[in-house]
Amino acid sequence: MGAYNTIAFKPELCDGCNACMTACATAKNGAPDIINSRIQIVADGGSFELAMCRQCGDPKCVSNCPAAALAKDDANGVIDWDGTKCVNCLLCTVGCAYGGIVHNAAAGHVVKCDTCGGDPICVKACQEIHKGGGALKYLTTANIYNEVGDLEDLFVPGLAGCQGCNTELIMRHALRRIGPDTVLATPPGCIPGMGSVGYNGLTGTKVPVFHPLLTNTASMLTGVKRHYKRQGREVNAVALAGDGGASDVGFQSLSGAAERGEQILFICVDNEGYMNTGMQRSSCTPFGAWTSTTPVGERGHGKTQDAKNMPLLMMMHNCEYVATASTAFMEDLYDKLDKAIAASKRGFAYLHIYSPCTTGWRFPSQENIEVARKAVETNFVMLWEFNPRDGLRLSRPLDDALPIDAYLEALGKYRHLEPEQVAHIESTVAKNAGFIKSLAEGRHPAMAQAMSGRA
Amino acid sequence: MQETQYLIVGASHAALSALQAIRMQDAEGSITVVTRDDALPYSPTVLPYVVSGRLAPERVALKDGAWFEQNKVGFIRGAAVTAVDAAAKRAKLSSGEEIAYAKLLLATGAAPLLPPISGLKDVRFHVLRTLDDAVGLHAALPQTKQAVVLGAGLVGMHAAENLAKAGAQVTVVEMQPRVLAGYFDAEASAIIEAAFAAKGIKLMLGAKVSRCDTAGKAVRVTTDGGATLDADLLLVAAGVAPVTDYLAGSGVDIDRGILVDDSMRSSVDGIWAAGDVAQAKGFYDGKKTLNGILPEAVEQGRIAGMAMAGDPAAKPYPGGVPLNTYTFFGQQAVSVGSQEVDKIGGEVVRKEADAKHYLKIVMQDNRLTGIFGINVPFDPGVMWELILRRIDLSSVREAFIADPQKTARGIMSRTWR
Repeated sequence: MGAYNTIAFKPELCDGCNACMTACATAKNGAPDIINSRIQIVADGGSFELAMCRQCGDPKCVSNCPAAALAKDDANGVIDWDGTKCVNCLLCTVGCAYGGIVHNAAAGHVVKCDTCGGDPICVKACQEIHKGGGALKYLTTANIYNEVGDLEDLFVPGLAGCQGCNTELIMRHALRRIGPDTVLATPPGCIPGMGSVGYNGLTGTKVPVFHPLLTNTASMLTGVKRHYKRQGREVNAVALAGDGGASDVGFQSLSGAAERGEQILFICVDNEGYMNTGMQRSSCTPFGAWTSTTPVGERGHGKTQDAKNMPLLMMMHNCEYVATASTAFMEDLYDKLDKAIAASKRGFAYLHIYSPCTTGWRFPSQENIEVARKAVETNFVMLWEFNPRDGLRLSRPLDDALPIDAYLEALGKYRHLEPEQVAHIESTVAKNAGFIKSLAEGRHPAMAQAMSGRA
Repeated sequence: MQETQYLIVGASHAALSALQAIRMQDAEGSITVVTRDDALPYSPTVLPYVVSGRLAPERVALKDGAWFEQNKVGFIRGAAVTAVDAAAKRAKLSSGEEIAYAKLLLATGAAPLLPPISGLKDVRFHVLRTLDDAVGLHAALPQTKQAVVLGAGLVGMHAAENLAKAGAQVTVVEMQPRVLAGYFDAEASAIIEAAFAAKGIKLMLGAKVSRCDTAGKAVRVTTDGGATLDADLLLVAAGVAPVTDYLAGSGVDIDRGILVDDSMRSSVDGIWAAGDVAQAKGFYDGKKTLNGILPEAVEQGRIAGMAMAGDPAAKPYPGGVPLNTYTFFGQQAVSVGSQEVDKIGGEVVRKEADAKHYLKIVMQDNRLTGIFGINVPFDPGVMWELILRRIDLSSVREAFIADPQKTARGIMSRTWR
């Protein structure tokens, strides 16, 4: 059994427009009478709620059917109804606690959602009328599991990351996809710190792994890659580095390798500081953030400088591929990982993945994906990709961002912020978003420069 | 001697539900299913549609051989368990074979109850509980001009409708003053009775059959009022009783059915029971009662399976709620909760009926205890959950009474979505 795609509903985004129901009724019954819709939105006080088939994993409608007319399709997870077997006993409606299968007078039998064969018209209608910001979404992330689930996990079990850390997820997913023909470099930071380099003479990976200095990761990978090339072996040269190892002392070798167009995939896992060694600031630590070296007290109020924009700096190297990604948007992350792997066969590929740090950013360990999502939804983090032919493309629109407070309030490291600091962050985010937008639209001269590769 | 970790006796809803629950927790433990029917698993509920010809007997199987194989389950059909030795943990089959088990689930269901009517044993009559019964009734249809059905419960009413649709003149004789007395009150039953009368089905309510005789090719049925009916097909549908005869001497406590606790465990360690054979806690009064309906069989089977496999997510049985759905001549009747409003201390907060529609809502302390409707849409599964969760409806009481379906869906979506 695989994982399945699903229709998701966010009640806080629903305005009760009924577009979903009208579309469903029209598609399934030939007329827009919403009583015949298989998705039912009900007004509940001032908000809206949903009654429709959940395509349950352990469906009671199926268990309750005396005629075997209902069955869960193992391939797509949809519970199918077989009209040639149904005896109209309605016992399925007793089993369903979600109002997901109901007798329909027009049809003369029970009806339920069939997800329109994997392309639900209710979701399309909702997103069309709300320009992509509607309450209904068709989640296809299950495809990742189905595609990647069988690939070998190339890290050992039991990496000792902090509770709730997303970096382990990034590492395991990335290396599964990159595959076993890989030499991995993990410069000092959380990634080797949690055991990927190994213990007691054994590596923490099932591929060759080495532990360069913070300064020379990209140089050493250059040598490794060129050596194998000379031997005639096709090997992925991959770095899994932190933001410190990429943006601070490791930057010169990284910049050099990017400029030379070395065939390397450099993944920067950005947790905005030296979290492994006690949460010191890095050049990627944002303005106002508490770290152990930008403390908060009588005089200190967190970091006083803005973060270095690493991915933009890398873009200006005219790399074969540069992209930003977030663990809250895994399909996008995978898409970019695939492109980065392919680009690293031709030249330098740089993938910058934001990874909230439960320990150093001070938020509950179960909130990690939510924090990552809020960062993107507020434009604090922007998802885009670049290649020299197409320039910079946004992966997600920057309009209609949530207010920055939605992100800052989720994190302990910003708890001390004064209103003027919040205002500074707000204006920086707006400025950055405007800049990225102008690059995406090709309005900024820097874009032409990045694409030509030379000033 | 064959040995198995889990032995499941019976192969209908309770048994299959238990089996699936066991496999959720224990992917490898050996499971053996034994059933007295020589058929793939089927539901007694579907049988009226085999009688009518709507479904061919080979199309009613709930699971096939491949499914048992896939789930690594040994399936022995056409073999009844004739004795259980609880001390030695062995079950004896009608074939003479013995099976040693670690855990035993009894899901042997129920069998038709034959009322003590003089002469009944000596006349030809049908019952409807097994696939063989249904096939026999279907075969008898073409020759049936006059049919008499004893009992106006769900089986009798379904059969009567299907016999009439097949062209027979049908009379239903029922001791109670109304049809489906277990699920509907007089006003609701009246709507159902009117639909049957409109189709030419004669309902003799409050009538008792005093004797049956053979009269030529027919069976002559005499009521205590002195009326006589000649039937070339007599169907006895006077209820069912749990099948427990094989438990004599096993030490398993039996009242009307096998007495079970809140995890469906019987009085004997290592033996569970679920479905129509079990006598489990009622939701309203906590007294152990028979609640022989399909959704409860599924529920009890699941709880028993989880307990047998030691599933840590197992929750105690909340208690049985009478509920049913009944479709008759294209109309829908739904009953969720107890009809015994007085006994459970409930209050009828809405009741209305016309020729085609009926709705009754019963609450106690602003909590739903029952909802009953004919041709009125609401979600029985959502209502059942509202009852089981004893959800306080005081803040939405008026809205619920006015539009139970919509209000309940809202509560569902924000409470257990």
